[in-house]
Amino acid sequence: MLQGAQLLAAEVSTDVPSPIGLAPLVILLPLVGAAVLLLAGRRSDRWGHWLGLAASVGAFVVGVVLLVGLLGQDAEARAYDQHLFDWIPAGTLDVSAGLRVDPLSVTFVLLVTFVGSLIHLYSVAYMEHDDDRRRFFAYLNLFVAAMLVLVLADSYLLLFVGWEGVGLASYLLIGFWYRERKNAVAAKKAFIMNRVGDIGLIVALMLMLANFGGVDFATVHAQAPAASTGITTAIGLMLLLAACGKSAQVPLQAWLGDAMAGPTPVSALIHAATMVTAGVYLVVRSAPVFEAAPDAQLVVVIVGAVTLVFGAIVGSAKDDIKKALAASTMSQIGYMILAAGLGPIGYAFAIFHLVTHGFFKAGLFLGAGSVMHGMDDQVDMRRFGGLSRYMKVTFVTFGLGWLAILGVPPFSGFWSKDKIIEAAFVPVDGQEWRAWVFGTVALVGAGITAYYMSRLFFMTFTGRRRWNDGSGSLDGTGPQDGPVRHPHESPALMTAPMVVLAVGSVALGGLLAWGDTFVTWLEPVTGHAEHGEPVLPAWLLIVLTLVLVLAGIALAWRQYTVQAVPVVAPHGNALTRAARRDLYQDDVNENLVMLPGQVVTRTLVHADREVVDGAWTGLAGTLGLLGDRWRRAQTGYVRSYAATMLGGLIVIVVVALALAS
Amino acid sequence: MTTFFAPTVDWAYLAPLVVVLGAGVVGVLVEAFVPASARRATQLALALVALVAAIVLVGTLWTDVTDQGYVDVLGGALRLTVTTLGIQAVVLVLALVAVLVVADRSADGLDAFAPTAAAVPGSPYEELARRKGLVQTEVFPLTMFAVGGMMIFGATIDLLTMFVALEVLSLPLYVLTASARRRRLLSQEAALKYFLLGAFASALFLFGTALLYGATGSVNLEAIAEALAQGGAGGPTAGMTGMVVVAVLLLLAGVLFKVGAVPFHVWTPDVYQGAPTPVTGFMAACTKAAAFGALVQVALYVGTGLQAGAPDTFRALEVALCVVAVASMVVGTVVALPQTDIKRVLGYSAIAHTGFVLVAVLGLLGRPTPEAGVDALGAVVFYVLAYGLATIGAFAVVTLVRESDGARDGVVLGEATQIRQWSGLGRRSPWLAGLFALFLLSMAGIPLTAGFIAKFGAFRAGVDGGFAWLAVVGVLASAVAVFFYVRIVVIMFFADAPADDDAAPRPDGDALVPDVPVRAVRPRAPVLVALVLCALGVIGLGVFPAPVLNLLG
Repeated sequence: MLQGAQLLAAEVSTDVPSPIGLAPLVILLPLVGAAVLLLAGRRSDRWGHWLGLAASVGAFVVGVVLLVGLLGQDAEARAYDQHLFDWIPAGTLDVSAGLRVDPLSVTFVLLVTFVGSLIHLYSVAYMEHDDDRRRFFAYLNLFVAAMLVLVLADSYLLLFVGWEGVGLASYLLIGFWYRERKNAVAAKKAFIMNRVGDIGLIVALMLMLANFGGVDFATVHAQAPAASTGITTAIGLMLLLAACGKSAQVPLQAWLGDAMAGPTPVSALIHAATMVTAGVYLVVRSAPVFEAAPDAQLVVVIVGAVTLVFGAIVGSAKDDIKKALAASTMSQIGYMILAAGLGPIGYAFAIFHLVTHGFFKAGLFLGAGSVMHGMDDQVDMRRFGGLSRYMKVTFVTFGLGWLAILGVPPFSGFWSKDKIIEAAFVPVDGQEWRAWVFGTVALVGAGITAYYMSRLFFMTFTGRRRWNDGSGSLDGTGPQDGPVRHPHESPALMTAPMVVLAVGSVALGGLLAWGDTFVTWLEPVTGHAEHGEPVLPAWLLIVLTLVLVLAGIALAWRQYTVQAVPVVAPHGNALTRAARRDLYQDDVNENLVMLPGQVVTRTLVHADREVVDGAWTGLAGTLGLLGDRWRRAQTGYVRSYAATMLGGLIVIVVVALALAS
Repeated sequence: MTTFFAPTVDWAYLAPLVVVLGAGVVGVLVEAFVPASARRATQLALALVALVAAIVLVGTLWTDVTDQGYVDVLGGALRLTVTTLGIQAVVLVLALVAVLVVADRSADGLDAFAPTAAAVPGSPYEELARRKGLVQTEVFPLTMFAVGGMMIFGATIDLLTMFVALEVLSLPLYVLTASARRRRLLSQEAALKYFLLGAFASALFLFGTALLYGATGSVNLEAIAEALAQGGAGGPTAGMTGMVVVAVLLLLAGVLFKVGAVPFHVWTPDVYQGAPTPVTGFMAACTKAAAFGALVQVALYVGTGLQAGAPDTFRALEVALCVVAVASMVVGTVVALPQTDIKRVLGYSAIAHTGFVLVAVLGLLGRPTPEAGVDALGAVVFYVLAYGLATIGAFAVVTLVRESDGARDGVVLGEATQIRQWSGLGRRSPWLAGLFALFLLSMAGIPLTAGFIAKFGAFRAGVDGGFAWLAVVGVLASAVAVFFYVRIVVIMFFADAPADDDAAPRPDGDALVPDVPVRAVRPRAPVLVALVLCALGVIGLGVFPAPVLNLLG
């Protein structure tokens, strides 16, 4: 057990100083915004979006006040539980609604409100031609409020309220364009798969109640270290199940890709920057529980590792720009979950990566939205190409986000992802095999990430035009089939947030890593971690990572810029042809990675569609069939009803008699 | 010569009951003496005033009863405790809202009841009554009688009084079930089924009472508990284990029938579907509240007695109740999935909810002493309140979604109860559909609704009583239940008419709907008030449940 004793470094105080007392306002502003927009109806159509934006910006301002308030305190004193009201008093249990203000929650508050505000701004333009723009902003505000409840709650029960709230908002937003059946189905799928994860959280709540007699963080975290390992492991695994559902980790990952049916700003905010990272928050927040359950921690790491590879491979095969980004999100969250499973050494880096990822992934999604805006909602990357000439701002901001996610120094992602890879190489409890296995996975994952992100970037912005420019030119530079596109740069309201996020992608990581600022800031929550020694020297890891990243970029460059990209996606055997074309390449290593990689890709994509999806629909189908069978028992004849009652009664009596004697 | 001792009656504690039953009696007189034109208004006013007065009276009794712990009236014919008084209050509040729905005539200026329920459906006499514009205002006194019975049913520890109360509450319900204005044959069939099966259940209850009397020499639950506690070898019930088991199970069967627990649930879907919808709401909410009051009384006293005197028997009964609870949750949830009729979905969901409340009841049994079970009792009362509000609200919405006759200028016809007819409702009537979604989400137990707090309380009571596994089954069942609640929401908001394949008519079922236009009627005063009250209750109890939970212990 690493530094377990040093967790809870800060005493949680309930005596709240004045600036911190503003915390409820953070939630209230967007909540009131949502309420006004929903209740005022069509009357607020003209100004509704500005109100929504104002509410979000207001929440951000309050968040900054909270930050300043916390910074004004000693590091050890930066944790407050603010009691709001008695919520569920029942016998021995008193659950009160309260807010936990500490570095971790404030970090999330700032991330959610800042990125949220930018996306509100972007949406003003993006949704301009939508009749229901006001409703969209109402849902966005609702989401922000729910997300803030989630991260500010001081008990698992109130966290659950936010948890369900973001699920609901996500559901409403995915299905926003509900007139298309596919979107409604995707919304339903996301909602239902999330409920499966929610069961985990509810069962964890039950276990906490039964064993600790409370569900607030203070009680649970104080008692977890003394509890039996069996109990903490059970709670930990249930929390992990919840995290898997919300954060699209294997095996509950299938909904995220479909969720891309929602408007792109939604994908940026909810399905990239904030909501999907709630699982990471949950694991880090529950650190004392996981510290007392090494087995659960190991499962966390495994889930993270499997997902990061899974997402990366799927991302390499998707042609839909948003789905590729979604797979990438899944994979990056895999990194965070992996880090969170490593214990105190990883918590801070998990959150660090979460923050930087929030910036560059939101930027990438907004960039994708901008491309779609310019290309009349086309999402097939095989129909892009050479767009850098037409949308310069998008190209540059997207490019910076791309460099950040690749982990190229000195961009943001480098500072956070590299630390995770390094932490993964540190043996846990002296078990070197874990360091080698998970470290290697994280390292290789970085290489694949570089490949698929570069593929995405090159297919979109470089190479030849693969869309119809309507010129009818016969010079053979591009296809003349398909609808005519007039790619153009998006309006300033859209590009401004992209620029801001790009600045974050460039500088935020380095800024926060400077002198370990961010890690020190989080220490009151995550505990101080002694610097563990990785099994390979740190400089070598950085070099290895960079080599793999460069290899990934080079491979993608050759495939998608130097060589022509087919407009129509090659199917099964075409994939094999592609594999064969690479087989005669001189680099043997490459071939050894590529062929299995493509087979695995195909299998995984197939498995994702057939097995995982099939299992879910199968479950629903089985229940439906069962229901249908039992429904038939309801014949409508009183005599059969009476017989059912009598028969049931006799069975019960016989059972009871047998047990009683 | 025997001296006659006049019983001392503490009228103050009977006051709420006297008011309600008195209003019923006066209502009958109103039928006889008030001119037809003023009758409906008089009846409605009488019922509402009586219910409000009774609520106020229960409120005045509250501190008195909580201070004393419990108050016996007429030797246990009525035993008022926080729980039983809570049940009475819940029944009254729910009845008040339900009466508003019963009185509603938003749709076409007509209420939900047949002009003369006694007429043969389709007969010239019925047609005449319809044309004369007769109104069956007897529904109000009938409702009041039922409410009176419910108030006694959930608050007595005397088994014979309990039986009488059972009949007092059931008979008006049978009649009310039979008196739907539309689909009269379905309504009468439902009533007959309800009556026959109800009689069957009553017989079981009575038989159980008789056997228990045979074993313990009393029909008073407290005395029964004492006798059972001495139980075992040499005690009053020595050698009668089998008899006690059968007696208690028969007794429970009678009550479980009223709450609609599997396998005594068979009547629920048919009756819910056939009864006039306002009555369904009333019946679903109030009967369940009262019957759980009775169930808790039986479980509490018999359980305490057996726990002390015959632990083995106690375990056996716990297992029996567990079986019933699990079966209710599973059957209710799973069979609700393929339903195509909204009233039947709500009927099956009622069965599942019964299972959830049973988790709390079992949690009560699991406590070492009855005093330790206060929060479980509170959980039961809170649950029936939360469920009742959502249910009455949901059925009230159902009364407003009507088929209309395109050929005759959109004249409003009967209710559109096929789920697929509800598609797109969210766009045409966002408020109504929003309210319905709210009630469904509360039933699904989504946070910040009363249903969430209720489920949380019930499962917590189960966990605390040592039935964590039962709570897990409950959580799983509610997760599956979300499927059918959300399906309706999806159809309302996200589907275009004609809807989803899921809800397509089945060739073998009763779901062959003619394609008639569906529209939501604009709610007018009574039902609007009821809807607003339900919505406020569902949200209020979800966000600030503390005051109510504090009151309940």
